Amino acid sequence: MSNLEIKKTVLKVEDFYVSYDSDKNAVSNVNVDIKRNQITAIMGPSGCGKSSLLRAFNRMHELYPQITTEGNIYLNDVNIASLSTTDLRRKIGMVFQSPNPFPSMSIYDNVIAGYKLNGIRQKKSERDEIVEKSLNDVALWSEVKDSLHKRGNFLSGGQQQRLCIARTVAMKPDVILLDEPTSALDPIATLKIEELLVTLKKDYSIVIVTHNMAQAARLSDNSMFMYLGELVEHGKTKDMFTKPTDKRTEEYLMGKFG
Amino acid sequence: MNSEKVTKRILFIASFILIILISGIVLTLISGAFPVFEKYGFSFIYSDKWDPTEGKEQYGALTYIVGTVITSLLALIICIPFAFSTSLFIGEYYKGTLVAKIIGTLIDLLAGVPSIVYGLWGFYYLRPLLFNLGENTQGYGIFTSSIVLAIMIIPYATSISTEIISLVPNHLKEAAYSLGATRLEVITNVTIPVARSGIIASYILALGRALGETMAVTMLIGNSNLMPKGIFSLGNTMASVIANQFGEASGLKLSSLIAIGLLLFVVTGFINGIGKLIIKKFA
Amino acid sequence: MSKTLKLEILQATGNQKKRYIKNKIFQIFVVVFAIIATTPVFFILFELIKKGIKQINFDFFTKVAPDSFEAMMAVSSGKGIPGGILNGIGGTLIMVTVASIVAIPLGLLIGIFLYENGKSRYANIVRDVSDILQGAPSIVLGIISYIWIVKNVTHGFSALAGSMALAIMMLPLIIRSTEETFKMIPNSIKEAGLALGIPYHKILLKILIPTGLSGLLTGILLAISRVIGETAPLMLTALGNPTLSFNLNKPVDAVPLLIWQFYNDPNLVDLVWSSSLFLVFLVLVLNLISKRIISKRK
Repeated sequence: MSNLEIKKTVLKVEDFYVSYDSDKNAVSNVNVDIKRNQITAIMGPSGCGKSSLLRAFNRMHELYPQITTEGNIYLNDVNIASLSTTDLRRKIGMVFQSPNPFPSMSIYDNVIAGYKLNGIRQKKSERDEIVEKSLNDVALWSEVKDSLHKRGNFLSGGQQQRLCIARTVAMKPDVILLDEPTSALDPIATLKIEELLVTLKKDYSIVIVTHNMAQAARLSDNSMFMYLGELVEHGKTKDMFTKPTDKRTEEYLMGKFG
Repeated sequence: MNSEKVTKRILFIASFILIILISGIVLTLISGAFPVFEKYGFSFIYSDKWDPTEGKEQYGALTYIVGTVITSLLALIICIPFAFSTSLFIGEYYKGTLVAKIIGTLIDLLAGVPSIVYGLWGFYYLRPLLFNLGENTQGYGIFTSSIVLAIMIIPYATSISTEIISLVPNHLKEAAYSLGATRLEVITNVTIPVARSGIIASYILALGRALGETMAVTMLIGNSNLMPKGIFSLGNTMASVIANQFGEASGLKLSSLIAIGLLLFVVTGFINGIGKLIIKKFA
Repeated sequence: MSKTLKLEILQATGNQKKRYIKNKIFQIFVVVFAIIATTPVFFILFELIKKGIKQINFDFFTKVAPDSFEAMMAVSSGKGIPGGILNGIGGTLIMVTVASIVAIPLGLLIGIFLYENGKSRYANIVRDVSDILQGAPSIVLGIISYIWIVKNVTHGFSALAGSMALAIMMLPLIIRSTEETFKMIPNSIKEAGLALGIPYHKILLKILIPTGLSGLLTGILLAISRVIGETAPLMLTALGNPTLSFNLNKPVDAVPLLIWQFYNDPNLVDLVWSSSLFLVFLVLVLNLISKRIISKRK
């Protein structure tokens, strides 16, 4: 692979397996390169292993001792297993399905939480800058700039989710992982988040798990289709949706199974 | 990550302190009671002789075991109709209404009244009432204690059973109603069978509470070391004999009281354990 | 649904009236018994207020309990019983404080341990042990504290011994409410913290505990209200003290202990009402505050 091509890949997944209880494989033999500054969608029916795979990218599965993995994942050519989880998770951020701003903190503190709670000392002016920029990046600044020190519970679901994205981008990660980020939101909020993600891809590499094919088609540059733990097919979204090479992909896209 | 390991270790140590604590409690009770069991063996449990006079000391726990069992069971029996009605009131008939909330709060208040206040109230108000019934000297006795004890355990007998009753699925009840059943019939044939274990567990836990109750009983039961003859006799419970006689006890008497404490601990632990087991199985 | 019910209903047209009457009578019983069950609260409160309110004055809170002789002299010369319950308030204060200092951190840690380790075999054992401790009669805990502290540490009755007994009583309550509180926090909050690379202990201290603060406070307040009225264990450990004392090594009084002392002394017996009223009031206030905390934070 030429240097140019390597740099295009931000995450390299190699022979990767995830299993629960060492019996059943939630994810089997995944090999894929995630491209930098692009949106990659992982889609498939429930239980296909897409969330399990996503969570392996920032080693969140380590929360649960019964989950084991095999194979390697490289972030910018560095094996993620060799990094500390703290370092890894500053480089790979995650946004969850239901918006989860920290309820005991103000909006300001939420955005800066990744720094503050990691004990990183900063001047107030630095923090103010980071908060303003991050909230601007998610198009939330004008809506909350006068309530920065209030708790975020008055915000709508969509706004809360954008706050969570702001919290993640504040850390300036290389990759942002999103696990069905709009499934708990109404259509208008969903659209806003999708627009946001498109603007964010110039600075970040985005991997989004979605069960909504239309969303994958709208948003993503590349797609991965998973079924029963296997990575059935992956490639440019346009190509996959118009000329899928695997029969299972075709059936999924035609809505033959959910 | 290092801090994670340290934190997990600290949490584990804290949990282990609890294990050490209870082991310490059990060991202390056993060693304190040891002289008594060494001297009497198991006959301590079924001997009703209690004589602290020097020279002819004799100790046996039976009187107090019987006193405890009678007062607690009697209290439970008295309490059940009220607790049961209250559970049905809050969990079935007036479920979700303001009245139910008020009744519920008032019952909760019962649980907040300290035991010694119950004893006082029982002493000054119930006792004369019972004295007028003429059964015994001044209205003390097992029956009086049981009434106050019954009031004290109502909140315990109601809380879990109310919750279980209110959780009986609506669709089961609706099926019965749609066949024309009356409310009573739905309760008897649907609600109670479904909620049965929870209700029973509730009463068992209330019993556990009654067994260990000290102050109110001490003030009303009469502090007698003789085996009670009937529910209007004077008597003593395991808890109240400890409260009454621990003060200047030493030597064998002290050991006997500690032995009674051990018995009390084991019995309450056992009863509460059964209650919790029923709840676990049910849930 | 039971077969008997189906049969009863299907055959019952003739019995209609009978069933209906049974139904109504049962309902009346339920309502009547439920209402009767709540009446003791009123009776007790009424008596306490009626008899106790007149003894409550400034002295009540600022003077120590009178001794028997003082009281007798005052009453025989027509005055009311002098003094107050200051030594009791002081003793209750110091013992509950020391008990809290021991029980709260330990209870929090164990509660968090149970929350983190959920269903593991060891965690279940720990939880069961906590439940056993919760059901243990308070007098038995008094015996334990007597042996451990009175006999072996302070060599005499002491406030420390009283505090220990109360601490052991508070511990299981705090453990349980801590675990319950944390279980109610959505898991995604913890995951969000982890996904930011925040170290575990910071997640506990800076995210989970602040989020669950109202539940934790409620648990603590309820534990305090539970032990504040306890007499039996204190009889074996704190013993009582006619002066206001904060010395952990020496005997100390407490409000419920004072009540017991007044009750046993014919010259002081009238003081039981005001002190009981104060005690019940205290417990009620603590309960109300915790209810307030729950509803406010929701």
